[in-house]
Amino acid sequence: MKYLNDTIVMKRMKSRLTVNKVWKTIFLVATLLALLTLVILLVRIVSQGTSYLSPDFFTNFGSRFPEKAGIKAALIGSIYLMLIIAPVSMILGVGTAIYLEEYAKKNKFTSFIQMNISNLAGVPSIVFGLLGLTIFVRMLMLGKSLLAAGFTMSLLILPVIIVASQEAIRSVPKEQREASYGMGATKWQTIIRVVLPAAIPGILTGSILALSRAVGETAPLVVLGIPVILQFLPDGVLSQFTALPMQIYDWAKRPQEAFQFVASAGIIVLMFFLVIMNSIAIFIRNKFQKRY
Amino acid sequence: MVILANKTNNKEIVKVKKPSLLITNSTQKVEKDSVISTSNFNLWYGQHHALKDINLEMKEKEVTAIIGPSGCGKSTYIKALNRMVELVPIVKTSGEINYRGRNIFDTSYEVEELRTRVGMVFQKPNPFPKSIYDNIAYGPRIHGIKNKKILDEIVEKSLRGAAIWDEVKDRLNQNAFSLSGGQQQRICIARCLAIEPDVILMDEPTSALDPISTLKVEELVQGLKNNYSIIIVTHNMQQAARISDKTAFFLNGEVVEFDQTDSIFSAPKDQRTEDYISGRFG
Repeated sequence: MKYLNDTIVMKRMKSRLTVNKVWKTIFLVATLLALLTLVILLVRIVSQGTSYLSPDFFTNFGSRFPEKAGIKAALIGSIYLMLIIAPVSMILGVGTAIYLEEYAKKNKFTSFIQMNISNLAGVPSIVFGLLGLTIFVRMLMLGKSLLAAGFTMSLLILPVIIVASQEAIRSVPKEQREASYGMGATKWQTIIRVVLPAAIPGILTGSILALSRAVGETAPLVVLGIPVILQFLPDGVLSQFTALPMQIYDWAKRPQEAFQFVASAGIIVLMFFLVIMNSIAIFIRNKFQKRY
Repeated sequence: MVILANKTNNKEIVKVKKPSLLITNSTQKVEKDSVISTSNFNLWYGQHHALKDINLEMKEKEVTAIIGPSGCGKSTYIKALNRMVELVPIVKTSGEINYRGRNIFDTSYEVEELRTRVGMVFQKPNPFPKSIYDNIAYGPRIHGIKNKKILDEIVEKSLRGAAIWDEVKDRLNQNAFSLSGGQQQRICIARCLAIEPDVILMDEPTSALDPISTLKVEELVQGLKNNYSIIIVTHNMQQAARISDKTAFFLNGEVVEFDQTDSIFSAPKDQRTEDYISGRFG
């Protein structure tokens, strides 16, 4: 006997297809809304900011006059900051991920640590700012230096790097490890010759995305008390500095309208910075990803 | 009924194929050295008693097949022989497995040392995503060989040993993933030969391969027997009958019968063995 009645099937066909179309439209609208917001934002920033984007903008220090205000100190400061955050957060983050995935025994204690790392990723950045202020600026007396801010930002993105690296390490098939152990390789040899080469694209992608979050982060810098108008470049890790988001924040809150345009120019520079970093992440992922 | 008929056919195939192939095996009557001897060996995964009082003795330069239905502990047992089973954290063992007279579970016995002598080929071909050359050179390199000339020689010798040299000699720098499944498995066998092991463990090495590749691996095992002691787990009884000298039949974590392959297949002593090889279950 047949369970599907042809006439009923045909009768329901139309309404099924309509429902299908309705949902497709809803999803499309959702996508378009997000896209539209982004476009409005970009158009506004670009139209406001481009007039201030001149070679002088990159070579001038901060100033009380919008025409003379430049982003040199902030741009260089942000680059220096990256140079501290990248090695500190990656060495600690990847090291932790390797320990948790390859060495640590799976017990209640490690799953407790694991849970806390995931939770740390959701802690507001301003809390990390307060932590940095207490520990690095005051207790370790590093002052409002590149090092203090670099350490604070490293702590902020550490959980993200750990989780991304763990996932990359976990995605290396168990058979690959078995092959290596089966030939008498030690754990370290297996990690350095088999696991890391296969996991490195994932680790780098996650780390670069985390780093680009650190570049755009403002709240911790505000809490640390990073200055906004500096007339010199940092000359060492203990030197004072300012950073792109700090500078933009300062410009945006000034009363003169012209500074809004300067802020837009700063945002363009910051976005360009982020686009470059994300492109590097995508490039690495596509180029080095191994498929099993 | 249909299923039953099929299984009776199986039985006939097994019996018909036996005699012609076993003549070569039974000509070697010289008493050989024991390589691996297992005594009163037990293994638990957590609460599950996976291996019960195993007593087996494997001789030098012989092929020992381990057969049995799924979940009987045959893979667990072979993985215990090079302590790969310890990668599962909840494993507990008792009793002894002696490799050339030394208990491998002795605290002074480093697993890395054991696995250098007792190599393994896995169920699913698992080459590294590296070139063919680097795959074979992996073992020698981890054991400290850096000289390019020596590595070249090891790579060629191992690939020849695994009967795949002619197929890959012109593309040693190609990624091993570009090879077919059967070729990959022979690359894995070559990779195992490169550490110059004494014993080769094979955990269902042909279960992921097509019949032609399976045949090639079986021929290879026959050749390797002259230089290595081989222990092979297989689902396929005909395969055990074709390539092994001795066969152990595992059931529910116990060794039901262990004997010369021809006796196991022509005159099994235990009713359960007979039921299994005649295809009445499993």
